[in-house]
Amino acid sequence: MMRIAAGIVAAVLALAGVADAGEKQLGRVAVPAVKIEKGGACVAPTGEMRRNHMKMLLHQRDRTMRQGLREPRFSLKGCVDCHASRETGSVLGKDGFCSSCHEYAAVSIDCFECHSPNPQKRTAARP
Amino acid sequence: MARIHYSEIEGRSGAYLALLAVLGALVLGGLGAAWYMEHNGHYVTGMSNRIVWGMPHVFAIFLIVAASGVLNVASIASVFGRDLYKPLARLSGLLAVTLLAGGLAVLVLDLGRPERLIVAMTHYNFKSIFAWNIFLYTGFYAIVAVYLWTMFERRMNDYSRPAGLVAFVWRLVLTTGTGSIFGFLVAREPYNSALLAPMFIIMSFSFGLAIFVLVLMAACKWTGRALGDVVLNRLRNLLGVFVAAVLYFAAIHHLTNLYIARQHDVERFFLWEGGIYTALFWLGQVLIGGVVPLALLFGTASRRAFAAAAVCVIAGGLAQLYVLIIGGQAYPQMMFPEKEVASSFFDGVVAAYAPSLPEAALGVGGMALALVLTAVALKVLPFLPKSLADGDVGGAAA
Amino acid sequence: MNPDRRQFLGWGAAAVAGAAAVTTLAPGFRLIELAQARSPQEAASKLQRWGLLIDITKCSDCDACVTACHEENGVNSHGRSETDAQWIRKVSLRDKRTGYAQTLPLMCQHCEHPPCVDVCPTGASFKREDGIVLVDKHTCIGCRYCVMACPYGARSFVHETVSGQKADVPRGKGTVEACTLCVHRVDRGETPACVEACNKDGGKAMAFGDLNDRDSAIHKRLRTEPSSQIRADLALNTGVRYQGL
Repeated sequence: MMRIAAGIVAAVLALAGVADAGEKQLGRVAVPAVKIEKGGACVAPTGEMRRNHMKMLLHQRDRTMRQGLREPRFSLKGCVDCHASRETGSVLGKDGFCSSCHEYAAVSIDCFECHSPNPQKRTAARP
Repeated sequence: MARIHYSEIEGRSGAYLALLAVLGALVLGGLGAAWYMEHNGHYVTGMSNRIVWGMPHVFAIFLIVAASGVLNVASIASVFGRDLYKPLARLSGLLAVTLLAGGLAVLVLDLGRPERLIVAMTHYNFKSIFAWNIFLYTGFYAIVAVYLWTMFERRMNDYSRPAGLVAFVWRLVLTTGTGSIFGFLVAREPYNSALLAPMFIIMSFSFGLAIFVLVLMAACKWTGRALGDVVLNRLRNLLGVFVAAVLYFAAIHHLTNLYIARQHDVERFFLWEGGIYTALFWLGQVLIGGVVPLALLFGTASRRAFAAAAVCVIAGGLAQLYVLIIGGQAYPQMMFPEKEVASSFFDGVVAAYAPSLPEAALGVGGMALALVLTAVALKVLPFLPKSLADGDVGGAAA
Repeated sequence: MNPDRRQFLGWGAAAVAGAAAVTTLAPGFRLIELAQARSPQEAASKLQRWGLLIDITKCSDCDACVTACHEENGVNSHGRSETDAQWIRKVSLRDKRTGYAQTLPLMCQHCEHPPCVDVCPTGASFKREDGIVLVDKHTCIGCRYCVMACPYGARSFVHETVSGQKADVPRGKGTVEACTLCVHRVDRGETPACVEACNKDGGKAMAFGDLNDRDSAIHKRLRTEPSSQIRADLALNTGVRYQGL
């Protein structure tokens, strides 16, 4: 009985290993392919951005909406300006900066139902 | 007084399953309509920027108002100590919960962003009567659940009186809140009145009892339980009083408005020149919802007439809410007194509205949800007394 | 009693420190009047109250304000006039007795006591410290109670999926929206698009400014010329005032 169970577990693990073969491998774990269009310094170190960007966005959006604080560092427009794909002009879509990771992680975002995913030229000078 | 015996319904007949199937199909239709509206946006409905609350809200508010009113029967038993109503208390509590579930389901599914219900339940602006209502509705579930428990659990029976009192007060506050949703709207002539809160309370008594009577009659007839005249006559008289009271409130509302020169245009709209709204007011609310039921209830003693009266009350209630909610929005807002107003946003004119299929499907789906939940609950737990024959219920003392 | 020199110097230092602390209590909180547009790192402040003054005697059939607003904010028409959003509209009036005709632009009046803010169950409809009434789309559940409550019919419900939004103006299906007094422009020190268009292409009927600033043009005009609010009887103290009504 135990041997059958062990056999099943081994088979499942083997299959799981094969299933990830399609994605980029970092060791044995598949990772999403994120295209960071503009290199150089971001708002914070990459690791911190990956872990905390959601908290930053949630906190900052209330400060912007309710108090009118528009620090350029934390502007969503700023993120989009930098990270929009050079081909599609958007942070969504197949290789979009936001959607590539979010689709991989199956965490749906509804920011871009309202916010524009495209960078736009602004006619007036920005502070 | 003899102990009351309750039992579940058998719920194995083909007719019962057919009932569940039909109601289930209506519920699915409602869910499909909700998905269609949410996915495409509300432009697929008859609602617009002038009429933002349409058919779904008529049904939702009817169900919510009836939910609080249907608890009346249990309250009369527990709070006012009328033993005759005691066997009916469990069914009354059940209907309160299921009707509210149906109404809230319609309301939530019609929201522009129904997936944000969690936001609504975690962010409160306590100046808004709407926010208070969210508390009141969810609290109502909890309180009625506890109340039902005190009725079911023999060891808790002594607590059914205080539980019933809490439920009674809570639902008066809840219905006041529902009426105040409209009463607090300062800028609309058809609303903006302190009268709306008590009017909603009396409407809840009437609509709730009508639904209760129909469900009771159907449940007893279809499960072969005796339903004697003693119980029915009490309920008949009660419904008659409530229907008369609703007519009284409507009369006071309009008579007061007619006295005020500033309100003459509104009254002319509703009572005379409002097209569909005038027709629904006089034929629906007053005639079918008021005069005909009174004639049926006090004119004859037949059960069929009683059931017909209850159906008329429900139809009249829906008409009354249609006139209030949709007619109230159709009437233009008076920003510029003594001026004719026109604009691209339909200022100054009576707004057009035609109910669309998705809206009606959602509203009906909510009603079906309430009924199917009731039907299933009756099979799962003993809500119905085994017999309500004249010899089995409490004596004339109640 | 004679405080010695050390004590006196101590009090003086404390007084200066206190004054410095009080004038810079927290980022954005100043007791000194704001003389110009705030920087992006400063919060909106109660010291300012933005408003409009519209002289409708200068209004004609022109609708430059409407076109400019909808262009600036990405409010597109779908050919469905009953459900399309309108952030500003021209309203035509005709006196019932005398037949005298006028037109005026009507938008969110940015009341000091907004009924829409009172009735919003989630607090999504709110008034910023500087008087601009906004909808926080992150919290809006689309219940439309504010649309019912607004005395001016200023709010629109978004009845369809929105695409091609302007970067400065997020808009989405299922939420409610209204004139934002071009808050994205105001925060940059500019005027709302309607005012700019009126002064450029229209009848020069609209003026924008800080109602709390005694030296502003709008304040001077309100002090010296007659003006009125729509539905002044509701005591909402609107930020939009009209002349010639």
